[in-house]
Amino acid sequence: MALASAPPPSPARRLLATGAGLARSRTLVIGGGLLLLLVLLSLCASWVTATDPLQIRPRARLRAPDWTYLFGTDSLGRDVFSRVLHGGQVSLMVGLLSAALAAAVGTAVGLLAGISRLVDAVVMRVVDGLMAIPSLLLAVAIVSLVGPNLLSIVSAIAIAEVPRVTRLVRGVVLTVREEPYVRAAEGLGIPTPLLLVRHILPSCIAPLVVQTTHMIAAAILAEAVLGFLGVGFPPELPTWGNILAEGRPVFQRAPWTIVFPGLFLGATVLAVNILGDGLRDRLDPRLARTVKATP
Amino acid sequence: MGYLILKRIAAAVPVVLVVATIVFFLLRLSPGDPAMVLAGDMASPQDVAEIRARLGLDRPLPVQYATWLGEMARGNFGVSILSKQPVLDLIRARLEPTFVLAFCAIVLTVLLAVPLGAIAAWYHNSWIDRVVMAMSVAGFSIPAFVIGYLLILGFSMSLDLFPSQGYVSPFDDPLAAARHLVLPSLTLAVVFMALIARVTRSSVLDVLGEDFVRTARAKGNVERRVLWRHALPNAAIPIITVIGVGVALLISGVVVTESVFNIPGVGLLTIDAILARDYPIVQGLILFFALVFVGVNLLIDIIYVVVDPRIRY
Amino acid sequence: MMNRRDLASLLLAGLATVTLIGGPAAAAEPKTLKVSPHASLRVLDPITTNAYITRNHGYLVYDTLFSMDAGFRPQPQMVQSWTVSDDKLTYDFVLRDGLAFHDGAPVTAEDCVASLQRWAKRDLVGRRLAAATAEMKAVDPRTIRIVLKAPFGQMLQALSKPSSFVPFIMPKRIADTPPDQNITEIVGSGPFKFVAGEFQPGVKVVYERNTAYVPRSEAPSAMAGGKVAKVDRIEWISFPDMQASVNALKKGEIDLIENMTADVKATLDGAADVVIQKRSGKSAATIRFNWSQPPFSDVKVRKAVQLAVSQRDYMDAIIGDEDAYQICPSMFICGTPMESNAGVVGTVEADLAKAKAMLAQSSYKGERVVLITPNIVSFSGLAPLTQQVLRSIGINAEIQTMEWSTFLSRRTLEKPVAEGGWNLANAVFTTLDLYSPLANLNFDARGPGAYTGFVNDPKTEALKNTFAAESDPAKQKAIAEEMQTRAYDQVFYIPLGIYNNFAAYRSNVRNFIDSSIPVFWGIEKN
Repeated sequence: MALASAPPPSPARRLLATGAGLARSRTLVIGGGLLLLLVLLSLCASWVTATDPLQIRPRARLRAPDWTYLFGTDSLGRDVFSRVLHGGQVSLMVGLLSAALAAAVGTAVGLLAGISRLVDAVVMRVVDGLMAIPSLLLAVAIVSLVGPNLLSIVSAIAIAEVPRVTRLVRGVVLTVREEPYVRAAEGLGIPTPLLLVRHILPSCIAPLVVQTTHMIAAAILAEAVLGFLGVGFPPELPTWGNILAEGRPVFQRAPWTIVFPGLFLGATVLAVNILGDGLRDRLDPRLARTVKATP
Repeated sequence: MGYLILKRIAAAVPVVLVVATIVFFLLRLSPGDPAMVLAGDMASPQDVAEIRARLGLDRPLPVQYATWLGEMARGNFGVSILSKQPVLDLIRARLEPTFVLAFCAIVLTVLLAVPLGAIAAWYHNSWIDRVVMAMSVAGFSIPAFVIGYLLILGFSMSLDLFPSQGYVSPFDDPLAAARHLVLPSLTLAVVFMALIARVTRSSVLDVLGEDFVRTARAKGNVERRVLWRHALPNAAIPIITVIGVGVALLISGVVVTESVFNIPGVGLLTIDAILARDYPIVQGLILFFALVFVGVNLLIDIIYVVVDPRIRY
Repeated sequence: MMNRRDLASLLLAGLATVTLIGGPAAAAEPKTLKVSPHASLRVLDPITTNAYITRNHGYLVYDTLFSMDAGFRPQPQMVQSWTVSDDKLTYDFVLRDGLAFHDGAPVTAEDCVASLQRWAKRDLVGRRLAAATAEMKAVDPRTIRIVLKAPFGQMLQALSKPSSFVPFIMPKRIADTPPDQNITEIVGSGPFKFVAGEFQPGVKVVYERNTAYVPRSEAPSAMAGGKVAKVDRIEWISFPDMQASVNALKKGEIDLIENMTADVKATLDGAADVVIQKRSGKSAATIRFNWSQPPFSDVKVRKAVQLAVSQRDYMDAIIGDEDAYQICPSMFICGTPMESNAGVVGTVEADLAKAKAMLAQSSYKGERVVLITPNIVSFSGLAPLTQQVLRSIGINAEIQTMEWSTFLSRRTLEKPVAEGGWNLANAVFTTLDLYSPLANLNFDARGPGAYTGFVNDPKTEALKNTFAAESDPAKQKAIAEEMQTRAYDQVFYIPLGIYNNFAAYRSNVRNFIDSSIPVFWGIEKN
């Protein structure tokens, strides 16, 4: 049995093929390297520093950085270095989980919308509605209403990103469906779910990877802004957002309470964004020019 | 054309309805009890129950929803739980600072980011391009409140050039208003500038590859003229589209910026209302922001229909 | 050749010229005092809410029959003279001449009776007074008569009750509003008028001098004495955070910050043209137990915590500045008439060994206890430190942080933790909440339905009744000491130390009256 037209090399294979080229890209090396360092530091926080990030020292508050307290202490005498590293675990986790959740839900909904007109009509109305609510406001509202915990914060940040992913995937599906090889497969009576998984989903991977990277950066920032506005994680949990928020009232007296967590936050988000840009340039040069604008 | 415009407007209505539904159910997720805030620290349970009854918080959810949709449709956003003022009046009183701030930020963005993006595209892959792109990535990566604090520390506290906070209406005192607006507009504009510079760069890059630009260049037009007269105007549509989409970004930015600079606009009202759990205000505000978003994008759609005859829906 | 830095400074100089031209206009207008209050004013009715900010607003707009002076003594304010019958059951109060509301109507005894009746339905002491009262009426336009069923030694203290709820006097037509419904019209007879047209909740509150106000001739002392308005206009400007108001004060964009912690004060030390004043009113941090649920229904568990607490640790951790805090075991707060060290156990320094021994004898079996705390600045630090203290003696404590309104509703629950209840909560009070044995919420010992914690001690309630009827100061003091001894023995709550807050103002502001409650009469601006 001969197919009407041979499918082009699968995008997944293309991704692998470019793998070798990835290492050569300078932006990728810079972004990836910086990110790896920061992630390792956070993951190994308990080995890097022996101090408990929660230990309150009534008589060692607001100490300037020295050899005992590398990044100084905060207004309860807690070790800022230990807090920043441990805080990174939560902040990075929020970034990864929210982006993964948004990508998963968005992809599923986008695929469904791409194949069924009825689902499409309903989903796109909801997506339009969600897009019309500023994402930060939506997240702040959800968290402040449901109460701040990992689940509510991750979902709140993810919900705001889902519409973007849905639109992206739906767009790809609509385009790919018109490709001759997909039409042929459809003509051969290949069941729709199989069609989705075998032929359509792989085309979504490249733009999704790029989009997800930028969502990670946006989610880490969103956590910080939630903390800043006083609606983030419970204050006893060290996260970058909370550490920044706690440093806010003593900033001019003890700048180290803001500067160090700020630097870690900025560096991480920057690294992820650089990585995202590098991936985009590599994975899809066409995409690099058109979709670049919306991280 | 009139038909197209009507069609666009009709398409915007369900969006608003969906937003309204999302907002209503969102706010009922709350485990907290506004009646407690009203009753205060020493109130008896009877006091709380009375307040709850008066506010209708004890009626079944569907009834609350139906009542609420009807009220919204009539433009009655309710009354603030805490201050007892109509929500619409509260929002209206806060509109001017936010619109002035957003307007300044957009003007700043268009004046700075569009030329920067165009230049970056023109000198594609040169160091200028890299610098602009690096600045744009940085703009996305630094939280707006950090930028705001740095600007306050540098230009207000140290150099004493601008006030550290507050708002003066340009209709009362244009000069004082300008001094108060410089730092917040910059803070608000940073993310927006990062976005617009990127879009401008990629749209101009696309246009530069097209035939008529090549022709213009081949005709021996002065290089710069090609960029500003031919390439940029043709790249305008995606740029304007992104300005429309970016309104959401701007609204989120307004909340943070107004909080840093103590500007009494809708953004500050939002944070106050959320922290105080003032249900009617939060509802009204999200609806309001969604309306602004839908309105701006509708306007942009209509502009397309009017301006660009190629667009047919 | 001009380098880049020169160019930058040139540009900045250009900008500076522009800013100079646009500088503040010459002060030809009336004197306006711009104040950063400790919170945003939202509810305007001082009887429906006990929020401090609404109370402070009340002191600007309204007047009181009596008011408390700096020595915690009641002094006549709107009252000219008063008489008490020999059986101490009939009080006649005669109003001063020339009292008038902001709408021009004279203040009558009818207005006062209506105002007191509305207040008495809300206030703890007011309810006690109402319960002891047979009749309250206007005898003539200037005379209020209160006839009691039983002697009430705290009459003047009740009428001068300084903190929420304050028996403010308003026109009868407004005071007739049900006490749980907000009044909509703010008309008082105080030294300042509320400008309704300029009120923007969360942004700005404006008051204008009441030119018709006739102040008393005495010098001002706390809330008492002559209330002479010396500025024409007062603006309360809301700020989203302290740092922003500190910056604004440093730059002269505002004149006064009413209240700040020692940490914030430290960022203003040495600032040019700024005066810092230690506020005389103190704040008191506490740990409250839920008596209705195990393990803290067991007095031995409460005693174990009492032995593990060190006030010095708490004060060092949350305040830090030794000049700003005070170790104070007195439950009626040091520096007030009822201060004493009667019955004090532990609290000043921790004794972990003894605490652990006490816990071992108790019914505590290592179960998880829940410490609830609101996510607001004045509480930050209390919960984490309390958790650390509890863990140090082996109590497995979990913090649950929540939004303020959720906190308020949660802590009224008497249910087990598994059903949404709680075990421990921190609370912060001010001197004015605690100095009076009758009004002190920590001594609300009525059990179920009482103030959060549900302290159940009939003996204390009986002592309070004796106190209310007693008018001899020496005997009152003895009863208060007995109450405190009982509270320490049964561990009603744990006092964690008291601390000062600070006010700061521009150096051209003078005569800011040192009072627990910030008052704005007497203050001048040059």
